[in-house]
Amino acid sequence: MVRVTHWLTFIAFVALLVTGGEIVISHPRFYWGEVGNVNTHPLFVIPVPASRGTVPTGYGYVMPDQNGWSRYLHFEAAWVVVLVGLVYGIYGLWSGHFRKHLIPARGDWTWRAYRDRIAKYMHRERAGGAEESTYNVLQRTAYLVVILVLFPLIIWTGLAMSPSFTSAFPATAALLGGRQSARTIHFFVSWLLLLFLFVHVTMVSLSGFWSRTRAMITGYTRDSEEGQ
Amino acid sequence: MNPISRRKLIYRGVAAVASIGGLAVAERLASSYGLIPPDGGGIYGPGETLTYACQRLLTARTPAREFPRSMISKNPFANEVAPPNEEFKRLQAGGFRDWRLVVDGRVARPMSLSLADLKSLPIQSQITEVACEEGWSYIAEWIGTPLSGVLREAGVLPQSRYVVYYTIEKGLWGSIDMADAMHPHTFLTMGMNDGDLPVPFGGPLRLRVPRQLGYKSLKYLTHITVTDDIKKFGSGKGSVDPDYGYSWFAGI
Repeated sequence: MVRVTHWLTFIAFVALLVTGGEIVISHPRFYWGEVGNVNTHPLFVIPVPASRGTVPTGYGYVMPDQNGWSRYLHFEAAWVVVLVGLVYGIYGLWSGHFRKHLIPARGDWTWRAYRDRIAKYMHRERAGGAEESTYNVLQRTAYLVVILVLFPLIIWTGLAMSPSFTSAFPATAALLGGRQSARTIHFFVSWLLLLFLFVHVTMVSLSGFWSRTRAMITGYTRDSEEGQ
Repeated sequence: MNPISRRKLIYRGVAAVASIGGLAVAERLASSYGLIPPDGGGIYGPGETLTYACQRLLTARTPAREFPRSMISKNPFANEVAPPNEEFKRLQAGGFRDWRLVVDGRVARPMSLSLADLKSLPIQSQITEVACEEGWSYIAEWIGTPLSGVLREAGVLPQSRYVVYYTIEKGLWGSIDMADAMHPHTFLTMGMNDGDLPVPFGGPLRLRVPRQLGYKSLKYLTHITVTDDIKKFGSGKGSVDPDYGYSWFAGI
């Protein structure tokens, strides 16, 4: 279940990333507060040509408009993340996956545990003992931040941009400082998720990309016949 | 590698059959409660249907977000569409005195209303945000008369499901479901920020659907038709937007 939800989320995340990028280039300007448009001061501007002629980018070039299918696919992939996330969350609580594999062991709630684990990474020490079959304290923390902070935040900020959803729950936008703030936070959280993806894939590569990936698909590692 | 045991295989088979059956039942239920959007087919259909169905269950009657007067945007962005056509220019030269809004379809009393007729109806105002699907937005005060009042006057027949609307631009049309059409914030808008609605912002007559993105609030409104069968209009997907790849429901 953990593996199936992992890969479904991965596919949906890639779709969200690509379509999100397409949506951004239709207006590559970001604002803070409730409103923002070409007549107001941006918080920052991404230096790319826009896919709309109405945005002054200084490039004199308008990219092809891909917003239609991007929006359709963005929301469909978002549903996959939400539904798969619900299944994963319920399964994780019910099966003890969170308790056993994600919440750091009681003795690891110290800076020292984190420091020691970072030192181990620095010395390129091979994972030994319990770490062969479960996650270390840094992995656990990173995964929990992604599951409990970044994904909830990106869903919240996404919904805060929906004029229909916020008509039912205006606080979802108001608490963030407004619709444009929600859009800006949404943008940054997607970068944090992308950063996590980079680090995650790097770490997987360092411990053997194909053997780890095979393990994550089949559930078996080569040297142990036992499923995880 | 362990082969999957027979028992597991049976469990999985039962689960698969149950979920297909469940989906079929859900589809029937959603359809009978009007929770499937006109563009609910194709590869993006499942996502679109989930979005629309959830929005309808959650937000059928919720009021649009309104803002204090102090938040009205000083420099709203009109996002002007193509230059107005000849007919528009002719009506504009006459001070829009000959502008008509035709109301027909499944109504007891079809009507043709001038702007003066519309202004004689109860006038209300709302301070709401226009949010574009591109990402930008502004807040303005919109002054007009609720569409629901005109629809009541015309006498919408039972079993009507959508209100289709056309603009003076040929081929530019849309539709909303009855929940949005009867919503108190869905306005036939004639004024903006204490003045007449400027032409770049859709004057003399624009439909405001504040709980959906800007592209549902079509400018230069000329004709509304009440229907029970949206498939009969255009390519059957509820508006011209799906023909360009954009979703019919723009509440998100």
